Amino acid sequence: MNYGIVSQEQLEQIDVILSDKLIKLGVDCVIIIDMAGNIITAKDNGESKYDVYSFAALAAGNFATVDAMAKLVGEQEFSLLFHKGQESNIHFSKIDDELLLISMFGQDISLGFLRLNVVDVVEKIRKIWEKE
Amino acid sequence: MSFINLKEKVVQVKIVYYGPGRGGKTTNLEFVNRTYRKQILSEMVSLKTHGDRTLFFDFLPFDMGKIKGYDIKIQLYTVPGQVKYNATRKLVLRGVDGIVFVADAMEKQREKNIRSLNQLHENLQSYKESIFNIPLVMQYNKVDLKEHGIPILPLSVLQKDLNSRLKVPYLEASAITGYNVAATLKKIISSSVISIQKKLL
Repeated sequence: MNYGIVSQEQLEQIDVILSDKLIKLGVDCVIIIDMAGNIITAKDNGESKYDVYSFAALAAGNFATVDAMAKLVGEQEFSLLFHKGQESNIHFSKIDDELLLISMFGQDISLGFLRLNVVDVVEKIRKIWEKE
Repeated sequence: MSFINLKEKVVQVKIVYYGPGRGGKTTNLEFVNRTYRKQILSEMVSLKTHGDRTLFFDFLPFDMGKIKGYDIKIQLYTVPGQVKYNATRKLVLRGVDGIVFVADAMEKQREKNIRSLNQLHENLQSYKESIFNIPLVMQYNKVDLKEHGIPILPLSVLQKDLNSRLKVPYLEASAITGYNVAATLKKIISSSVISIQKKLL
């Protein structure tokens, strides 16, 4: 995996997958971040105005904390995280040891449907990394 | 490790302010946040306890402009300084590009500075990074206290304690008044960016 620098081609492929599989489904905003809190790419539906940089820093911290908790109870990892709110929800899914996929969505998508699509997206993104 | 987006031509640089508790790391960021408000697009994020101590980290992103057509986005983090929070300190150090070690120049904090620096060395090792290779700037904070009659360690002692082997750039500073806060930041940004360039060539 060529981590650290992602080629333009790779990013474009990933952006297409995120748009087709998640944004079209009705997800407000999707971000891929690394565990250091850097943004790899962010896609949104054109309406949501999230401060994605702060979000990435907090999300990386959040995920790292949960990961450390997993180790304390003897788990390898909690690979899935979900936060539910009144209006919006956040779903975290680990792509690999370095990357996280975060989806922010409202009440019009069910968690189960989102999860199915996220699994698919993660699978496809892994393949793109492997090609390098 | 910094992340470089070739498509949008963005380089993200992670700089961490590290040092003993109550040393002035958050105060450094607060000063930068106030002084460079125009360049900072979002709010400073602080995860702190009810007693205003840093619990996890502070986060301040800002744009530095372009270098060779690439947008440089600087992300400033602090770590929690209290001894008990080493697990979280380690998490914040993940993927760091440059470190400012904020030492407390008060005489009574001498030992805490040394202990904190030693722990930074260990924490970096757990990420297979070396304190001797990573861009690092020493900031001897709170020099303004001398005027108030509070005993301050002389520069020579601080240098001997903390910088005799590292031999990195150092500055005396006062985060609360802003003295040398911007100079420290400029120094660490330039060494981090140079180090990233070297890695790429």
